Amino acid sequence: MLTNRSKVVVNKQMSFMERIYLPAVVGGLMTTIKHLFRKKTTIDYPKEKREISENYRGQHILKVDENGAERCTACGLCAVSCPAEAISMTAAERKKGEELKYREEKYAAVYEINMLRCIFCGLCEEACPKEAIFLTDRLVPVSGERDAMIYGKDKLTEKHYNEVDISKRQTPAVLAFKQNKQYQHNQLKQTR
Amino acid sequence: MVSGYIIYKSIMVVVVFLIGLGIAAYSTYAERKVAAFLQDRLGPNKAGPYGLLQPIADGVKMFMKEEIIPDVSNKFLFILGPCIAMLTACMTGVVIPWSTPITINGVSYPLQITDINIGILYVFGVVSIGVYGIMIGGWASNNKFSLLGALRASAQMISYEIAMGLSIIALVMMTGTISLQEIAAQQSGWHWNIIYQPLGFLIFITCAFAECNRTPFDLPECETELVGGYHTEYSSMKLGFYLFAEYVNMFISSAIISTLYFGGYNMPLIGRFVTDPNMLSILGVVFLFAKIFFFIFFFMWIRWTIPRFRYDQLMHLGWRIFIPLSILNILLTGAGILFFNR
Repeated sequence: MLTNRSKVVVNKQMSFMERIYLPAVVGGLMTTIKHLFRKKTTIDYPKEKREISENYRGQHILKVDENGAERCTACGLCAVSCPAEAISMTAAERKKGEELKYREEKYAAVYEINMLRCIFCGLCEEACPKEAIFLTDRLVPVSGERDAMIYGKDKLTEKHYNEVDISKRQTPAVLAFKQNKQYQHNQLKQTR
Repeated sequence: MVSGYIIYKSIMVVVVFLIGLGIAAYSTYAERKVAAFLQDRLGPNKAGPYGLLQPIADGVKMFMKEEIIPDVSNKFLFILGPCIAMLTACMTGVVIPWSTPITINGVSYPLQITDINIGILYVFGVVSIGVYGIMIGGWASNNKFSLLGALRASAQMISYEIAMGLSIIALVMMTGTISLQEIAAQQSGWHWNIIYQPLGFLIFITCAFAECNRTPFDLPECETELVGGYHTEYSSMKLGFYLFAEYVNMFISSAIISTLYFGGYNMPLIGRFVTDPNMLSILGVVFLFAKIFFFIFFFMWIRWTIPRFRYDQLMHLGWRIFIPLSILNILLTGAGILFFNR
């Protein structure tokens, strides 16, 4: 009664047509035969792929800049922001002669994402001040072993000659929001 | 002449046997495909084009699997069970008239292994032996689920056999013969028995479902209640034989339904377009198989439409509805014969 959804049960006797059961059987057969000609819902996965949204959050990528130097400075903000605690890293200092490899003085010597823990929320991407980590529309392939699901830099870093398009996730609106982030942060502090 | 006769009959036996097994094998594939399509899925499509090699893969799997004979079972009966099930399933195909005789060089070759003048009785006899396959298998397993399944199977098959036999009596009264060849020949043109015996057909097809242990009467092997019913303890190709026998039975009962009620190899109006008797004979085989395939599909269609009966409902339906109904049908048929003098 509280939900107004209660129904009164009717225990009425079935009519003769209902009791001989055959009209119900024919009705059921008609229902099932309709499904025979309906479009199948199965997606034959390796052959055809499901349509995914433009800003799908799939496998991560560590971007490089226009010279092919890694953008990540191992600040650790992504690891802090990660709700699943899937990201771990070890920082290292850039040596002389490595300027083309790493953009800034500090870089991530080890950068690992545990794809079994990751929930693909995209908070790491949001937290990153250096535009280094992005989620892409690629699916993470399955593996039979747990160790293989911990992705190191070899799998995550973008190759300079094989850039992955992330423009769908890095729209001008997102960029503007990211640029304002610092400012908003300060503003919040001031008002407090 | 005698050796020619033997060779011809042997060829017929082997061909019918192989066709029966082939259709049963592909029925398993068709069952899975039909099930999938009725549920908006795709079904097996990985083995070969459209998954057409699936039955072969299943067969190989069945042969390769480890065979376990339970320690507490009666080993002789345990092995005998699937043998009887398979044997009786294959035996019924003998009396089915596939088409009118083919004449080559003046010698007439009937497309039927043997025209027993008691064809229907033979079918009934063999089908009732088939119950033993299930009963012995379930009993010998020494497993309570198997035993329950076997008990259910025997009770179900015995009770539905009565109604089935009575529904056939009405048909026999009308046709005046129990030879399947003659019954099929009588139904040329539009004189299909379904037109004169709709109630009898309804009872017969329902009882055929029960005899084949198909849904909605699949209580002997209902997975949700009895694990697997009478074949719970079976593994490897013995299990395969039980499952396979079920599909052979389905094929044979489709053939018998088509022959008894749907004109067998006859097709109305076909005589106007084709006059060559041999050609007609071959077309008859095609028509009969078209009807058989429709009924096999119908078996599957019903399976994915109607849920299983409860056991008391099943017995109620068999004893208190179908048996009185079929007796009524006999009375009606008798009255019809008296009035219309057919």
